[in-house]
Amino acid sequence: MSNEVHRHLDEELDALRDRVLRLGGEAESALRRVMHSLAERDTAEARAVLDHDDTIDQLEVEVDRQAIDIFALRQPAARDLRFVMSVTKMAPVLERIADHACNIARAAIDLHHEPQLKYHVSLYRMGEIALEMLAAALDAFTKNDAVAARVVMERDSEINELYNQVFHDLIEMMADEPATAQRDARLLFIAKHLERIGDYVTDICELTVFMAEAAIIKHRH
Amino acid sequence: MSTTSVKIVPKFEVKSRASLASAPTKISVSNLNFFYGRTQALNDITVDVPKRMVMAFIGPSGCGKTTFLRTLNRMNDVIPGTRVEGNVLIDGQDIYTPGADVVDLRRKVGMVFQKSNPFPKSIFDNVAYGLKINRLAANNRELRDRVEEALKDAALWTEVTDRLKTSALGLSGGQQQRLCIARALAIRPEVILMDEPASALDPIATSKIEELIVDLKKQYTIVIVTHNMQQAARVSDLTAFFLLGKLIEVNSTEKMFTAPDQKLTEDYITGRFG
Repeated sequence: MSNEVHRHLDEELDALRDRVLRLGGEAESALRRVMHSLAERDTAEARAVLDHDDTIDQLEVEVDRQAIDIFALRQPAARDLRFVMSVTKMAPVLERIADHACNIARAAIDLHHEPQLKYHVSLYRMGEIALEMLAAALDAFTKNDAVAARVVMERDSEINELYNQVFHDLIEMMADEPATAQRDARLLFIAKHLERIGDYVTDICELTVFMAEAAIIKHRH
Repeated sequence: MSTTSVKIVPKFEVKSRASLASAPTKISVSNLNFFYGRTQALNDITVDVPKRMVMAFIGPSGCGKTTFLRTLNRMNDVIPGTRVEGNVLIDGQDIYTPGADVVDLRRKVGMVFQKSNPFPKSIFDNVAYGLKINRLAANNRELRDRVEEALKDAALWTEVTDRLKTSALGLSGGQQQRLCIARALAIRPEVILMDEPASALDPIATSKIEELIVDLKKQYTIVIVTHNMQQAARVSDLTAFFLLGKLIEVNSTEKMFTAPDQKLTEDYITGRFG
Protein backbone atom coordinates (compact mmCIF):
# COMPACT_ATOMS: atom_id res chain seq x y z
CA MET A 1 0.00 0.00 0.00
CA SER A 2 1.31 3.46 -0.84
CA ASN A 3 1.68 6.19 1.75
CA GLU A 4 -1.24 7.97 0.11
CA VAL A 5 -3.43 4.91 0.67
CA HIS A 6 -2.29 4.69 4.32
CA ARG A 7 -3.15 8.36 4.77
CA HIS A 8 -6.66 7.82 3.40
CA LEU A 9 -7.21 4.81 5.64
CA ASP A 10 -5.99 6.73 8.68
CA GLU A 11 -8.26 9.63 7.77
CA GLU A 12 -11.23 7.30 7.44
CA LEU A 13 -10.47 5.64 10.78
CA ASP A 14 -10.13 9.08 12.40
CA ALA A 15 -13.45 10.17 10.91
CA LEU A 16 -15.11 7.02 12.23
CA ARG A 17 -13.61 7.62 15.67
CA ASP A 18 -14.83 11.22 15.64
CA ARG A 19 -18.34 10.19 14.70
CA VAL A 20 -18.69 7.49 17.34
CA LEU A 21 -17.31 9.90 19.94
CA ARG A 22 -19.88 12.45 18.84
CA LEU A 23 -22.54 9.77 19.33
CA GLY A 24 -21.06 9.10 22.77
CA GLY A 25 -21.11 12.80 23.57
CA GLU A 26 -24.77 13.02 22.55
CA ALA A 27 -25.69 10.03 24.73
CA GLU A 28 -23.80 11.56 27.65
CA SER A 29 -25.53 14.91 27.12
CA ALA A 30 -28.97 13.24 26.96
CA LEU A 31 -28.32 11.49 30.28
CA ARG A 32 -26.98 14.64 31.94
CA ARG A 33 -29.92 16.75 30.79
CA VAL A 34 -32.52 14.20 31.80
CA MET A 35 -31.08 13.84 35.31
CA HIS A 36 -31.06 17.64 35.58
CA SER A 37 -34.66 17.75 34.36
CA LEU A 38 -35.65 15.19 36.98
CA ALA A 39 -33.96 17.10 39.80
CA GLU A 40 -35.33 20.50 38.74
CA ARG A 41 -38.76 19.23 37.60
CA ASP A 42 -37.94 20.83 34.25
CA THR A 43 -40.39 19.34 31.75
CA ALA A 44 -39.10 21.47 28.86
CA GLU A 45 -35.63 19.97 29.23
CA ALA A 46 -37.03 16.43 29.33
CA ARG A 47 -38.97 17.16 26.13
CA ALA A 48 -35.81 18.56 24.51
CA VAL A 49 -34.04 15.25 25.23
CA LEU A 50 -36.90 13.36 23.54
CA ASP A 51 -36.86 15.72 20.55
CA HIS A 52 -33.11 15.22 20.11
CA ASP A 53 -33.30 11.43 19.99
CA ASP A 54 -33.76 11.30 16.20
CA THR A 55 -30.40 13.02 15.75
CA ILE A 56 -28.77 10.34 17.91
CA ASP A 57 -30.46 7.55 15.92
CA GLN A 58 -29.20 9.16 12.71
CA LEU A 59 -25.65 9.30 14.06
CA GLU A 60 -25.77 5.58 14.82
CA VAL A 61 -26.80 4.87 11.21
CA GLU A 62 -23.96 7.07 9.93
CA VAL A 63 -21.42 5.20 12.07
CA ASP A 64 -22.74 1.92 10.63
CA ARG A 65 -22.46 3.17 7.06
CA GLN A 66 -18.93 4.46 7.56
CA ALA A 67 -17.83 1.20 9.18
CA ILE A 68 -19.37 -0.89 6.37
CA ASP A 69 -17.52 1.23 3.80
CA ILE A 70 -14.24 0.64 5.61
CA PHE A 71 -14.86 -3.11 5.82
CA ALA A 72 -15.79 -3.29 2.15
CA LEU A 73 -13.16 -0.99 0.69
CA ARG A 74 -10.20 -1.29 3.07
CA GLN A 75 -10.45 -4.81 4.50
CA PRO A 76 -8.94 -3.71 7.80
CA ALA A 77 -6.78 -6.20 9.70
CA ALA A 78 -5.28 -6.57 13.17
CA ARG A 79 -5.64 -3.37 15.26
CA ASP A 80 -7.62 -1.61 12.53
CA LEU A 81 -10.01 -4.56 12.34
CA ARG A 82 -10.45 -4.58 16.10
CA PHE A 83 -11.07 -0.84 16.13
CA VAL A 84 -13.74 -0.91 13.40
CA MET A 85 -15.36 -4.00 14.96
CA SER A 86 -15.47 -2.30 18.35
CA VAL A 87 -17.00 0.85 16.90
CA THR A 88 -19.74 -1.09 15.10
CA LYS A 89 -20.63 -2.79 18.38
CA MET A 90 -20.31 0.37 20.43
CA ALA A 91 -22.62 2.54 18.32
CA PRO A 92 -25.84 0.63 19.12
CA VAL A 93 -24.85 0.48 22.79
CA LEU A 94 -24.53 4.27 22.87
CA GLU A 95 -27.82 4.62 21.03
CA ARG A 96 -29.49 2.39 23.65
CA ILE A 97 -28.05 4.50 26.45
CA ALA A 98 -29.73 7.50 24.78
CA ASP A 99 -32.97 5.46 24.55
CA HIS A 100 -32.81 4.82 28.28
CA ALA A 101 -32.33 8.57 28.80
CA CYS A 102 -35.50 9.09 26.73
CA ASN A 103 -37.39 6.58 28.86
CA ILE A 104 -36.25 8.46 31.97
CA ALA A 105 -37.40 11.71 30.28
CA ARG A 106 -40.91 10.26 29.75
CA ALA A 107 -41.09 9.11 33.37
CA ALA A 108 -39.83 12.54 34.49
CA ILE A 109 -42.55 14.34 32.50
CA ASP A 110 -45.20 12.14 34.12
CA LEU A 111 -43.72 12.75 37.56
CA HIS A 112 -43.66 16.51 36.98
CA HIS A 113 -47.43 16.42 36.49
CA GLU A 114 -47.89 14.94 39.93
CA PRO A 115 -47.11 16.22 43.41
CA GLN A 116 -43.44 16.03 44.26
CA LEU A 117 -42.27 13.05 46.20
CA LYS A 118 -39.35 13.06 48.57
CA TYR A 119 -36.94 11.85 45.92
CA HIS A 120 -34.46 9.30 46.93
CA VAL A 121 -30.96 10.71 47.06
CA SER A 122 -29.50 7.38 45.97
CA LEU A 123 -31.35 7.68 42.67
CA TYR A 124 -29.45 10.87 41.84
CA ARG A 125 -26.24 9.28 42.97
CA MET A 126 -26.90 6.46 40.49
CA GLY A 127 -27.29 9.06 37.76
CA GLU A 128 -24.05 10.78 38.75
CA ILE A 129 -22.09 7.53 38.76
CA ALA A 130 -23.58 6.49 35.40
CA LEU A 131 -22.48 9.83 33.94
CA GLU A 132 -19.00 9.59 35.42
CA MET A 133 -18.67 6.03 34.14
CA LEU A 134 -19.84 6.93 30.64
CA ALA A 135 -17.46 9.89 30.39
CA ALA A 136 -14.53 7.79 31.66
CA ALA A 137 -15.43 4.89 29.35
CA LEU A 138 -15.43 7.18 26.30
CA ASP A 139 -12.13 8.65 27.46
CA ALA A 140 -10.59 5.16 27.82
CA PHE A 141 -11.86 4.30 24.34
CA THR A 142 -10.32 7.46 22.89
CA LYS A 143 -6.97 6.66 24.47
CA ASN A 144 -7.16 2.93 23.63
CA ASP A 145 -6.56 2.40 27.35
CA ALA A 146 -7.62 -1.06 28.55
CA VAL A 147 -6.40 -0.42 32.10
CA ALA A 148 -8.65 2.64 32.45
CA ALA A 149 -11.55 0.70 30.89
CA ARG A 150 -11.18 -2.03 33.51
CA VAL A 151 -11.23 0.57 36.30
CA VAL A 152 -14.50 1.96 34.92
CA MET A 153 -16.03 -1.52 34.81
CA GLU A 154 -15.36 -2.00 38.50
CA ARG A 155 -17.73 0.90 39.22
CA ASP A 156 -20.76 -0.93 37.85
CA SER A 157 -21.01 -2.60 41.26
CA GLU A 158 -21.59 0.82 42.85
CA ILE A 159 -24.62 1.38 40.65
CA ASN A 160 -25.91 -2.13 41.28
CA GLU A 161 -25.64 -1.68 45.05
CA LEU A 162 -27.45 1.64 44.89
CA TYR A 163 -30.13 0.09 42.69
CA ASN A 164 -30.76 -2.62 45.27
CA GLN A 165 -30.99 0.03 47.97
CA VAL A 166 -33.39 2.22 45.93
CA PHE A 167 -35.47 -0.82 45.05
CA HIS A 168 -35.97 -1.83 48.67
CA ASP A 169 -36.65 1.73 49.80
CA LEU A 170 -39.27 2.31 47.11
CA ILE A 171 -41.02 -1.00 47.80
CA GLU A 172 -41.14 0.01 51.45
CA MET A 173 -42.57 3.41 50.53
CA MET A 174 -45.25 1.75 48.39
CA ALA A 175 -46.24 -0.40 51.35
CA ASP A 176 -46.25 2.50 53.79
CA GLU A 177 -48.12 4.95 51.55
CA PRO A 178 -50.14 3.13 48.89
CA ALA A 179 -51.34 6.48 47.50
CA THR A 180 -47.83 7.20 46.20
CA ALA A 181 -47.37 3.76 44.63
CA GLN A 182 -47.69 4.99 41.04
CA ARG A 183 -45.03 7.64 41.55
CA ASP A 184 -42.83 5.17 43.42
CA ALA A 185 -43.14 2.78 40.50
CA ARG A 186 -42.03 5.49 38.07
CA LEU A 187 -38.96 6.14 40.21
CA LEU A 188 -38.30 2.43 40.27
CA PHE A 189 -38.34 2.34 36.48
CA ILE A 190 -35.92 5.25 36.40
CA ALA A 191 -33.61 3.41 38.77
CA LYS A 192 -33.79 0.34 36.53
CA HIS A 193 -32.91 2.43 33.47
CA LEU A 194 -29.87 3.84 35.27
CA GLU A 195 -28.83 0.38 36.34
CA ARG A 196 -29.03 -0.81 32.71
CA ILE A 197 -26.96 2.18 31.59
CA GLY A 198 -24.25 1.00 33.98
CA ASP A 199 -24.32 -2.38 32.22
CA TYR A 200 -24.07 -0.72 28.81
CA VAL A 201 -21.08 1.34 29.92
CA THR A 202 -19.49 -1.94 30.99
CA ASP A 203 -20.08 -3.25 27.45
CA ILE A 204 -18.27 -0.21 26.05
CA CYS A 205 -15.32 -0.90 28.35
CA GLU A 206 -15.22 -4.54 27.24
CA LEU A 207 -14.99 -3.34 23.64
CA THR A 208 -12.12 -1.04 24.55
CA VAL A 209 -10.28 -3.96 26.16
CA PHE A 210 -10.88 -6.01 22.99
CA MET A 211 -9.65 -3.15 20.84
CA ALA A 212 -6.50 -2.60 22.88
CA GLU A 213 -5.57 -6.15 23.86
CA ALA A 214 -7.51 -8.46 21.52
CA ALA A 215 -8.87 -10.06 24.70
CA ILE A 216 -12.54 -10.99 24.77
CA ILE A 217 -13.63 -10.53 28.39
CA LYS A 218 -17.37 -10.45 27.72
CA HIS A 219 -19.36 -12.63 30.15
CA ARG A 220 -16.16 -13.44 32.00
CA HIS A 221 -16.10 -10.93 34.78
CA MET B 1 -27.62 -6.88 35.96
CA SER B 2 -23.99 -7.68 35.34
CA THR B 3 -21.88 -8.82 38.22
CA THR B 4 -18.69 -7.13 39.27
CA SER B 5 -15.09 -8.00 40.16
CA VAL B 6 -13.12 -7.86 36.95
CA LYS B 7 -10.81 -10.77 36.27
CA ILE B 8 -7.89 -10.09 34.04
CA VAL B 9 -7.04 -11.17 30.53
CA PRO B 10 -8.45 -14.39 29.24
CA LYS B 11 -6.83 -15.18 25.93
CA PHE B 12 -8.26 -14.20 22.59
CA GLU B 13 -10.23 -17.11 21.25
CA VAL B 14 -8.59 -18.06 18.02
CA LYS B 15 -7.06 -21.34 17.02
CA SER B 16 -3.85 -21.27 19.00
CA ARG B 17 -0.51 -22.30 17.63
CA ALA B 18 -0.51 -24.99 20.26
CA SER B 19 -3.69 -26.58 18.89
CA LEU B 20 -2.30 -26.44 15.36
CA ALA B 21 1.00 -27.80 16.56
CA SER B 22 -0.78 -30.90 17.79
CA ALA B 23 -0.95 -31.97 14.12
CA PRO B 24 2.02 -34.16 13.14
CA THR B 25 4.92 -32.31 11.57
CA LYS B 26 5.56 -32.87 7.87
CA ILE B 27 8.42 -30.44 7.33
CA SER B 28 10.75 -29.37 10.10
CA VAL B 29 13.23 -26.61 9.37
CA SER B 30 15.86 -25.64 11.90
CA ASN B 31 18.49 -22.90 11.91
CA LEU B 32 18.39 -22.55 8.15
CA ASN B 33 20.71 -20.00 6.54
CA PHE B 34 20.87 -19.46 2.81
CA PHE B 35 23.43 -17.52 0.79
CA TYR B 36 23.55 -16.23 -2.78
CA GLY B 37 27.32 -15.96 -3.00
CA ARG B 38 28.25 -13.66 -0.11
CA THR B 39 24.75 -12.31 0.30
CA GLN B 40 22.78 -13.95 3.06
CA ALA B 41 19.15 -14.24 1.95
CA LEU B 42 17.78 -16.30 4.85
CA ASN B 43 18.81 -15.91 8.44
CA ASP B 44 18.40 -18.66 11.03
CA ILE B 45 14.93 -19.83 10.00
CA THR B 46 13.29 -22.36 12.29
CA VAL B 47 9.74 -23.47 11.59
CA ASP B 48 7.58 -26.60 11.45
CA VAL B 49 4.93 -27.19 8.78
CA PRO B 50 2.19 -29.51 10.06
CA LYS B 51 0.92 -32.35 7.90
CA ARG B 52 -2.15 -31.74 5.71
CA MET B 53 -2.39 -28.09 6.48
CA VAL B 54 -1.83 -24.96 4.43
CA MET B 55 0.94 -22.63 5.53
CA ALA B 56 1.17 -19.23 3.82
CA PHE B 57 4.36 -17.18 3.60
CA ILE B 58 3.82 -13.44 3.45
CA GLY B 59 6.20 -10.49 3.44
CA PRO B 60 7.40 -7.65 1.24
CA SER B 61 9.25 -8.28 -2.01
CA GLY B 62 12.79 -9.49 -1.43
CA CYS B 63 12.11 -10.71 2.12
CA GLY B 64 13.18 -14.27 1.27
CA LYS B 65 9.87 -16.08 1.23
CA THR B 66 10.29 -17.51 -2.28
CA THR B 67 13.92 -18.38 -1.58
CA PHE B 68 12.76 -20.24 1.52
CA LEU B 69 10.00 -22.02 -0.40
CA ARG B 70 12.59 -23.19 -2.94
CA THR B 71 14.85 -24.59 -0.22
CA LEU B 72 12.08 -27.05 0.64
CA ASN B 73 12.62 -29.06 -2.55
CA ARG B 74 16.17 -27.93 -3.28
CA MET B 75 15.15 -25.87 -6.27
CA ASN B 76 17.89 -23.38 -5.38
CA ASP B 77 20.51 -26.06 -6.05
CA VAL B 78 20.39 -25.16 -9.74
CA ILE B 79 21.49 -21.57 -9.01
CA PRO B 80 25.31 -21.33 -9.08
CA GLY B 81 27.06 -19.96 -6.01
CA THR B 82 24.30 -20.68 -3.53
CA ARG B 83 24.90 -22.29 -0.17
CA VAL B 84 22.62 -23.75 2.51
CA GLU B 85 23.28 -24.24 6.21
CA GLY B 86 20.97 -25.86 8.73
CA ASN B 87 18.45 -28.68 8.47
CA VAL B 88 15.32 -29.33 6.46
CA LEU B 89 13.63 -32.54 7.53
CA ILE B 90 10.71 -34.02 5.63
CA ASP B 91 9.15 -36.89 7.54
CA GLY B 92 12.26 -36.84 9.69
CA GLN B 93 14.71 -37.24 6.77
CA ASP B 94 17.22 -34.43 6.11
CA ILE B 95 16.81 -33.48 2.44
CA TYR B 96 20.26 -31.85 2.38
CA THR B 97 22.13 -34.83 3.71
CA PRO B 98 24.93 -35.88 1.31
CA GLY B 99 23.69 -38.50 -1.09
CA ALA B 100 20.01 -37.54 -0.69
CA ASP B 101 18.04 -38.40 -3.82
CA VAL B 102 16.95 -35.04 -5.26
CA VAL B 103 14.79 -36.60 -7.97
CA ASP B 104 12.89 -38.57 -5.36
CA LEU B 105 12.61 -35.41 -3.22
CA ARG B 106 11.03 -33.46 -6.08
CA ARG B 107 8.64 -36.33 -6.73
CA LYS B 108 7.59 -36.08 -3.11
CA VAL B 109 7.56 -32.27 -3.03
CA GLY B 110 5.81 -30.85 -6.10
CA MET B 111 5.88 -27.23 -7.12
CA VAL B 112 3.53 -24.81 -8.86
CA PHE B 113 4.97 -21.54 -10.09
CA GLN B 114 3.73 -17.97 -10.34
CA LYS B 115 3.37 -18.07 -14.08
CA SER B 116 1.67 -21.13 -15.46
CA ASN B 117 4.16 -23.04 -17.58
CA PRO B 118 2.41 -25.78 -19.52
CA PHE B 119 4.52 -27.65 -22.05
CA PRO B 120 3.63 -27.03 -25.70
CA LYS B 121 1.92 -30.38 -25.79
CA SER B 122 -1.62 -31.68 -25.44
CA ILE B 123 -3.52 -31.36 -22.17
CA PHE B 124 -3.22 -35.12 -21.69
CA ASP B 125 0.52 -35.18 -22.38
CA ASN B 126 1.17 -32.34 -19.94
CA VAL B 127 -0.35 -34.29 -17.08
CA ALA B 128 1.09 -37.61 -18.25
CA TYR B 129 4.61 -36.18 -18.63
CA GLY B 130 5.85 -36.80 -15.08
CA LEU B 131 4.24 -40.22 -15.01
CA LYS B 132 5.99 -41.21 -18.23
CA ILE B 133 9.49 -39.97 -17.44
CA ASN B 134 9.35 -41.47 -13.97
CA ARG B 135 7.71 -44.64 -15.31
CA LEU B 136 5.00 -44.42 -12.71
CA ALA B 137 2.25 -46.02 -14.81
CA ALA B 138 2.46 -49.73 -15.66
CA ASN B 139 0.38 -49.46 -18.81
CA ASN B 140 -1.68 -47.08 -20.92
CA ARG B 141 -4.84 -47.77 -18.97
CA GLU B 142 -3.18 -46.84 -15.68
CA LEU B 143 -1.70 -43.77 -17.35
CA ARG B 144 -5.16 -42.65 -18.51
CA ASP B 145 -6.64 -43.34 -15.09
CA ARG B 146 -4.00 -41.32 -13.30
CA VAL B 147 -4.27 -38.40 -15.72
CA GLU B 148 -8.03 -38.40 -15.19
CA GLU B 149 -7.60 -38.60 -11.40
CA ALA B 150 -5.13 -35.69 -11.39
CA LEU B 151 -7.36 -33.54 -13.60
CA LYS B 152 -10.32 -34.30 -11.34
CA ASP B 153 -8.30 -33.46 -8.23
CA ALA B 154 -7.30 -30.18 -9.86
CA ALA B 155 -10.98 -29.41 -10.59
CA LEU B 156 -10.28 -29.26 -14.33
CA TRP B 157 -11.62 -32.57 -15.60
CA THR B 158 -15.13 -31.47 -16.57
CA GLU B 159 -13.74 -28.50 -18.49
CA VAL B 160 -11.26 -30.48 -20.60
CA THR B 161 -12.64 -34.00 -20.81
CA ASP B 162 -13.67 -33.59 -24.44
CA ARG B 163 -10.45 -31.97 -25.62
CA LEU B 164 -7.64 -33.84 -23.91
CA LYS B 165 -5.70 -34.12 -27.16
CA THR B 166 -5.79 -30.38 -27.91
CA SER B 167 -2.92 -28.07 -27.03
CA ALA B 168 -2.64 -26.97 -23.42
CA LEU B 169 -1.68 -23.53 -24.69
CA GLY B 170 -5.29 -23.03 -25.79
CA LEU B 171 -6.53 -23.07 -22.20
CA SER B 172 -7.26 -19.86 -20.29
CA GLY B 173 -4.72 -18.58 -17.75
CA GLY B 174 -6.68 -20.02 -14.83
CA GLN B 175 -7.13 -23.36 -16.58
CA GLN B 176 -3.41 -23.47 -17.44
CA GLN B 177 -2.56 -22.91 -13.78
CA ARG B 178 -4.91 -25.70 -12.71
CA LEU B 179 -3.33 -27.89 -15.40
CA CYS B 180 0.06 -27.23 -13.82
CA ILE B 181 -1.43 -28.22 -10.47
CA ALA B 182 -2.81 -31.41 -12.10
CA ARG B 183 0.66 -32.08 -13.53
CA ALA B 184 2.12 -31.76 -10.04
CA LEU B 185 -0.62 -33.96 -8.54
CA ALA B 186 -0.26 -36.71 -11.14
CA ILE B 187 2.93 -38.01 -9.59
CA ARG B 188 1.16 -38.13 -6.19
CA PRO B 189 3.41 -35.83 -4.18
CA GLU B 190 3.04 -35.43 -0.43
CA VAL B 191 3.85 -31.72 -0.30
CA ILE B 192 2.89 -29.04 -2.81
CA LEU B 193 4.82 -25.79 -2.90
CA MET B 194 3.01 -22.89 -4.57
CA ASP B 195 4.78 -19.68 -5.49
CA GLU B 196 2.09 -17.00 -5.95
CA PRO B 197 -0.08 -19.41 -7.92
CA ALA B 198 -2.91 -16.95 -8.55
CA SER B 199 -1.05 -13.66 -8.92
CA ALA B 200 -1.68 -13.44 -12.67
CA LEU B 201 -5.32 -14.57 -12.56
CA ASP B 202 -8.65 -12.75 -12.47
CA PRO B 203 -10.84 -12.99 -9.33
CA ILE B 204 -12.94 -15.91 -10.62
CA ALA B 205 -9.92 -17.99 -11.66
CA THR B 206 -8.25 -17.01 -8.38
CA SER B 207 -11.22 -18.20 -6.39
CA LYS B 208 -11.13 -21.56 -8.20
CA ILE B 209 -7.45 -21.97 -7.30
CA GLU B 210 -8.19 -21.01 -3.70
CA GLU B 211 -11.07 -23.49 -3.46
CA LEU B 212 -8.74 -26.09 -4.89
CA ILE B 213 -6.07 -25.36 -2.29
CA VAL B 214 -8.58 -25.76 0.55
CA ASP B 215 -9.77 -29.01 -1.01
CA LEU B 216 -6.28 -30.36 -1.63
CA LYS B 217 -5.17 -29.99 1.97
CA LYS B 218 -7.27 -33.03 2.85
CA GLN B 219 -4.58 -35.08 1.10
CA TYR B 220 -1.52 -32.86 0.83
CA THR B 221 0.63 -30.53 2.89
CA ILE B 222 0.65 -27.19 1.10
CA VAL B 223 3.03 -24.26 1.43
CA ILE B 224 2.07 -21.15 -0.49
CA VAL B 225 3.87 -17.87 -1.06
CA THR B 226 1.49 -15.01 -1.69
CA HIS B 227 1.59 -11.24 -1.89
CA ASN B 228 -2.15 -11.17 -1.47
CA MET B 229 -2.78 -11.07 2.26
CA GLN B 230 -6.49 -11.66 1.89
CA GLN B 231 -5.62 -14.81 -0.02
CA ALA B 232 -3.38 -15.96 2.82
CA ALA B 233 -6.24 -15.23 5.21
CA ARG B 234 -8.72 -17.17 3.08
CA VAL B 235 -6.78 -20.34 2.37
CA SER B 236 -4.19 -20.95 5.07
CA ASP B 237 -4.24 -22.50 8.53
CA LEU B 238 -0.92 -20.96 9.50
CA THR B 239 0.79 -17.83 8.29
CA ALA B 240 4.49 -17.01 8.46
CA PHE B 241 5.72 -13.43 8.08
CA PHE B 242 9.19 -12.87 6.62
CA LEU B 243 11.15 -9.65 6.64
CA LEU B 244 14.69 -9.05 5.41
CA GLY B 245 15.46 -12.75 5.36
CA LYS B 246 14.20 -13.36 8.89
CA LEU B 247 11.12 -15.18 10.03
CA ILE B 248 9.42 -12.62 12.23
CA GLU B 249 6.33 -14.54 13.30
CA VAL B 250 4.47 -17.77 12.66
CA ASN B 251 0.96 -18.03 13.99
CA SER B 252 -2.47 -19.41 13.29
CA THR B 253 -3.88 -17.38 10.42
CA GLU B 254 -6.80 -16.20 12.55
CA LYS B 255 -4.45 -14.85 15.19
CA MET B 256 -2.12 -13.34 12.62
CA PHE B 257 -4.87 -11.27 11.03
CA THR B 258 -6.70 -10.22 14.19
CA ALA B 259 -4.05 -9.90 16.86
CA PRO B 260 -0.50 -10.72 15.76
CA ASP B 261 2.12 -11.04 18.49
CA GLN B 262 4.78 -8.91 16.81
CA LYS B 263 4.49 -5.20 16.10
CA LEU B 264 6.38 -5.62 12.80
CA THR B 265 3.75 -8.13 11.69
CA GLU B 266 0.92 -5.82 12.70
CA ASP B 267 2.50 -2.92 10.83
CA TYR B 268 2.83 -5.03 7.69
CA ILE B 269 -0.66 -6.50 7.88
CA THR B 270 -2.28 -3.11 8.48
CA GLY B 271 -0.35 -1.61 5.57
CA ARG B 272 1.68 0.77 7.72
CA PHE B 273 4.98 -0.88 7.10
CA GLY B 274 7.89 1.51 6.90
